[in-house]
This record gives sequence, structure tokens and C-alpha cells, in this order.
Amino acid sequence: MKLSLSRRYSFPASHRLFRSEWSDEENLRVFGKCANRHGHGHNYTLEVSVTGPVDKQTGMIANLADLDEYVRRNVIEAFDHANLNEEIAEFRDAVPTTENLCRVVFKRLAGFPHARLERIRIEETGKNSFEFLASREA
Amino acid sequence: MLHVTRKLEFAAAHFYHNPKLSAEENRRIFGKCNNPKGHGHNYVLEVTVEGEPDPETGMILDLNELKAILDREVMARMDHRHLNYEVPELAGKIPTCEEIATVIWNLLEPKIHRGRLEHIRLYESPDLFVDCARNGR
Repeated sequence: MKLSLSRRYSFPASHRLFRSEWSDEENLRVFGKCANRHGHGHNYTLEVSVTGPVDKQTGMIANLADLDEYVRRNVIEAFDHANLNEEIAEFRDAVPTTENLCRVVFKRLAGFPHARLERIRIEETGKNSFEFLASREA
Repeated sequence: MLHVTRKLEFAAAHFYHNPKLSAEENRRIFGKCNNPKGHGHNYVLEVTVEGEPDPETGMILDLNELKAILDREVMARMDHRHLNYEVPELAGKIPTCEEIATVIWNLLEPKIHRGRLEHIRLYESPDLFVDCARNGR
């Protein structure tokens, strides 16, 4: 049996889906409303899952205080109430879709020292969600 | 293979304290959860059984049968109980979500004979949960 611990966080942020080298028509055709020049925003829900042995002293895979602090420092502080296109360095050259957001957040959290990061799941709205899984071999 | 998932909710009290550690260590590691008067949660448990539907009934297993197992193994043991004092399977353990989920898995796994236990998810709150998955998943 394999155990993992998951914690949910949320942050509102704005974004615009477009490629600067494409024409307005091309962006509208591919990204639809999400290409709106002035951007729009979401209440993102971030689910972070970690796995590892349960510490005998504490009964925990990871102390939630440590996980909360790591997520706050590496993700929430930068992403909360931010413009993803303009304020997050990783999106200078990448479209801030939630697929890419999962990848970026995974990379930022992969160094969590107390347990192995297993999965990032992000809900962009209540109706769509995306997941990035650690490779099974790792 | 198909999965069927049944959900249940139980309310229980707990606190975190390791007698092998000093009072300060306990406070540092467990924070508010160390309050010896205890606190409680509405735990939500999702139990997923995998199997092929029986050609006669169209069911992986009879949900009434599953409910009876869950009532006996989980509800009777944990609902409106104090997890530190009243659940023998948790004796000597810190009743974290990880430990409770492990106890529940070990209780249910041998009791499910139609289909097999595939996954459980135990929510301590909507923002904190533990998954137990069969090995190799």
C-alpha cells in the first residue's frame, strides 16, 4: 500500500493566453476569449501531494507547517494576486496555461526537503483541472 | 476493470502528543494540534473497490454489503470517538491522517472479498487529505 499526503492552497491571479509573434487573428483563433488583450483572472486551487515514509516520532509523511511554509515561500508569495504573464519569470517565454502552470509549480516545489513531491494538481475553475505527476521511475 | 467508490463521514476527536518528546518539542512539532484537551474533525472517507461487474447483477459488489463493512470496521470504531483513547488500532501512534488512513486500509483490505480494495482517500478537512493506493498504482 502506498501513502501520500495532499494539501490544498488557493491564489487568485490574472493571465492572458497569447503568443506575441502571432497576429491578433491567430491568437483569437487559437486561444479564443483567453486572448483578450487586457487579460482576465481565476481563483486557482493548488493541490500539492507528497509521498514518503511515515516518521515514527510524529506519525507524519511531512509536517504540514513545513509544507505550508515551503509552498508559501516558493509559490504563493509570488503567484498570489499576480499577473502571471508579467510577474512570473517562467512565463516570459511560455503561455501561462494551467498545463504550463502545473509544470512551473512542480519545478518550484520539487526541492521540498522533507518528502518526495509526487503530484501537482491545479483547478483553474471548478470545472477544469490539470495534473503534473512525478515520473514513476524517479 | 471498473471502480466503485463509496463515501462516508465520521466525526472524531484527537490531539498529537509523543510522550517520548519533551513538552517543548511536542509544542514545536505539533503546534496547536498538541493541545491536550483535544479538538476534532469531520473526516470524509472515500473507499474505492476494483473489479468486474457480476454478469447476473451488474455489480462489482453489493453496495449494502460494502456499507455494512464500512459501518462495522470504520463507523463503529471511529465515529464520535476520541482517536487517542478509544481506537485500539491507533494505540501508541500519533493519530495523524496518515496513521488513521493506514489503520483503515488494514482493517478494510482483508474484509473485501468481492472485488478488491484499490484506493482510499481520507479527508481531515477539505484542504488536507491522505491517499492510500494499492502497491504498483
